[in-house]
Amino acid sequence: MLRGKVFKFGDNISTDHIIPGRYAHLRSNLPELAKHVMEDADPTFAGRVRQGDFIVAGNNFGLGSSREHAPLVIKMAGVSAILAKSAARIFFRNAINLGLPILVCDTDKISDGDELEIDFQAGAIRDVTNGRMLTFGRIPEIMLRILDEGGLLPYLKKYGDLSL
Amino acid sequence: MGKTLAEKILSVKSNTDARSGDIVIAQVDLVFLQDTTGPLTVRQFQAAGFKKPAASLKAVLFFDHAAPSPAREMADDHAFLRQFAAESGSQAVAVGEGVCHQIVAESLARPGDLVIGADSHTVMAGGLGAFACGMGSTDVAVALGLGKTWLRVPESVRIKLSGRFPAQVYAKDLILHLIGHLGADGATYKSLEFGGDGLADMAIPERLTVANMAIEAGAKAGLFPSDGATADYLAANGRADDYQPLAPDADATYERTIPVGLGQLEPVVARPHTVDNIVPARELKGMKIQQVFIGTCTNGRLEDIAIAAGILKGKRVNHGTRLLVAPASRGILLSALRAGHIQTLVEAGAILLPPGCGPCLGLHQGVLGAGESCLSTANRNFKGRMGHPDAFVYLGSPATAAATALTGEITDPREVI
Ligand code: SF4
Repeated sequence: MLRGKVFKFGDNISTDHIIPGRYAHLRSNLPELAKHVMEDADPTFAGRVRQGDFIVAGNNFGLGSSREHAPLVIKMAGVSAILAKSAARIFFRNAINLGLPILVCDTDKISDGDELEIDFQAGAIRDVTNGRMLTFGRIPEIMLRILDEGGLLPYLKKYGDLSL
Repeated sequence: MGKTLAEKILSVKSNTDARSGDIVIAQVDLVFLQDTTGPLTVRQFQAAGFKKPAASLKAVLFFDHAAPSPAREMADDHAFLRQFAAESGSQAVAVGEGVCHQIVAESLARPGDLVIGADSHTVMAGGLGAFACGMGSTDVAVALGLGKTWLRVPESVRIKLSGRFPAQVYAKDLILHLIGHLGADGATYKSLEFGGDGLADMAIPERLTVANMAIEAGAKAGLFPSDGATADYLAANGRADDYQPLAPDADATYERTIPVGLGQLEPVVARPHTVDNIVPARELKGMKIQQVFIGTCTNGRLEDIAIAAGILKGKRVNHGTRLLVAPASRGILLSALRAGHIQTLVEAGAILLPPGCGPCLGLHQGVLGAGESCLSTANRNFKGRMGHPDAFVYLGSPATAAATALTGEITDPREVI
């Protein structure tokens, strides 16, 4: 069970919003890079986000570059899951590979600042603030197993190979 | 039941009867890294306990995004990647050779290959009939170490092209038009597969421009068949032996078919801050532009530079507008020098940048300030993409870029010809 506060964003949040190319020289200095997380979408985000909080967005979250630094700095900021109406393919895979859950659900009724509870076992999201219940889309079996192990590297350590 | 191009290639690579929706484990032919996503890829590769790339694949490292290095941190990253290339026996393509995707097209990818790159525009090799897909660092690291990756076989959308491009309308206008039609997530997880008699009007450089931007509609792959044009391109690059014909089956199943009449297209521009924000270039008349950039993996090829030189020959770039030109590879730079295009452009006032990504990702060589606008031949115009988050990036064809450099405001190239 995860519990935290919502930071709400709109549609088409790109990897440039999350971690702009102008900070590419900081990519081998992750603590420094992480200070700029979501900077071009909300410059106050990095200062306000707390361990366990959620990013909730509209359509096509994470479009653009393949830079895995984008989900990585989001995870480093303490975000425990991303909820979006849809997610860009590469970002989706990257987040799962890092053990960062990304859930596809109807986020329209979730507001900035709401408290959410996510029950992975039950596949349910409860908006504690407004009392609404939501369900999220299923992800392929192989991704579930990667997520269960906490990411692709721990998965590989355990299973030794990719398997379907 | 027949197969799409994606199903055909992934069937061979996974040794299964792959159908859209299946998840397969497929053998990878080429894995490549670049200098901004490469260091994390190498660290993940090492963390997974791998020492050398799988013997079954070709591993290549590129130095293109920040090349030459604009910052000491990047220089350290370059040194780290060079050391990894030497220790692991991977090929390193040095600073100044050009943009990874261009070199992959010129000398590495083959029709029917499965190509995995640590960069989202890896899709460009689909212009040659390779299933080419960008992935993040951990996926690329695992593909590099194991020689294989897992993939969901995508549903395919067929783009049926007919007719011929009108004068001053190019492949860039086609793909921008299509992204405007599909939306920035209109093809998410899917393969865009191009066919129809309109292909006859498109040589490989134009197909590469189109395939390159498939990702801007969210697509996993942008695929062209491998045909006579592919054979010609490979032969011209000294790789005639890499050719194999490749086409979808006539009875393949597509999720849907979108017909596009090339003759009906006109020069278009993507407005800030999303690539699907498309309008005819003529509707932006009067929009002042401080910087024009001709280059990138999308439109930094010889044909693009030739188009710009044709428009700017004997003329001067507008006072108050900077024109930056970055050939996508050293080979292109040399050809453009020999053809006199570089002389023409520099005489017109252009600033020549080294082969590489240039200012495309806002790292160096033309970073925008607050309130500045750039018309670029690149593929992305996201907020903050080319520098300041309060700068504006418009995307258009090399012809639209050259016409805009001439007047200092967004200009339909048909107005200056
Ligand atoms: S030219 Fe631009 S889009 Fe192409 S690989 Fe370089 S940074 Fe990416």
